[in-house]
Amino acid sequence: MRIIEEIGKVYLKKGLPEFRVGDTLKVHVKIREGEKERLQAFTGQVIGRKGSGVNASATLRKISYGEGVERVFLLNSPMIARIEVAKREPVRRAKLYYTREKTGGKTR
Amino acid sequence: MKKYKMGLLGKKLGMTQIFTDDGKAVQVTVVQAGPCTIVQLKSGNAGAYHALQLGFEAGKAKSLTKPLQGHFAKAGTPPFKFLREVRVSGDEFKNYAAGQVIGAAIFEEGDFVDVSGISKGKGYAGVIKRHHFHGFGASHGTHEYFRHGGSIGQHSFPGRVFKGVGMAGQLGNARATVQNLEIVKVIGDKNLLLIGGAVPGANGSYLVIKKAIKKRTRAERK
Repeated sequence: MRIIEEIGKVYLKKGLPEFRVGDTLKVHVKIREGEKERLQAFTGQVIGRKGSGVNASATLRKISYGEGVERVFLLNSPMIARIEVAKREPVRRAKLYYTREKTGGKTR
Repeated sequence: MKKYKMGLLGKKLGMTQIFTDDGKAVQVTVVQAGPCTIVQLKSGNAGAYHALQLGFEAGKAKSLTKPLQGHFAKAGTPPFKFLREVRVSGDEFKNYAAGQVIGAAIFEEGDFVDVSGISKGKGYAGVIKRHHFHGFGASHGTHEYFRHGGSIGQHSFPGRVFKGVGMAGQLGNARATVQNLEIVKVIGDKNLLLIGGAVPGANGSYLVIKKAIKKRTRAERK
């Protein structure tokens, strides 16, 4: 196990902000369009965190034009340029999957 | 002509993922591949057969049988826990000597390998798990017949069950090979291989890693 962690260490990112399930994050993702590269932000509530070390990921959910959109981010991916914590929100669950069944104003 | 490709012995350590230069995540199996000691050079059949007997992971002499202890003593190597033969071509055979230690460095990033090991045992499994049968619908009055295999043959002609009909039985815990897996990374000084995808067996089980029989290595492609 130790050897496997060592392999992942190279890819670990420094300066990842501390955040918890329930917080709202703004994730700046690198998007490649042909030769050009630009940043696109995805803002959403963290509804779950998974994995450790290089495998760590977070599931973000947001409501886009009335439609629920979820995206899983590998936190240590080089495609993620920056992560900002937009809002802190204490919750009492480790996973907020129940928000999928609620829509509109009830998501809070 | 049949080609015999060089291989190594190794141990599955586990799986993880790494990122490529263009930012893609790749799932890899970490394999401790070597150091392997050449215990014996084998050739026979009037020069048509050449093989290296490799030993991997030194163990205790007392846990081996007397004949094996004698075999290692004669070779002058420590007693190994895992001993397998790798067949090589006559030309390649000349480059090796008994007692020589080889490691993961014989592989290059981008090479393809075939990995063999003992698959995880699943015990006595039914036909759905073992042969991917579809089973039966739970409605229309099906009674105690959800995961059965159905008919296994015809009638008094042919009057027997054909060979190869899928039935329940032992699944797994048998030698399995996965072909054409790409080597994503070689860590030569630690004898580690990162092999893209999954390989047979549980973590800690022994593997035979050979250069892929159906693909050329990076050096050969040039």
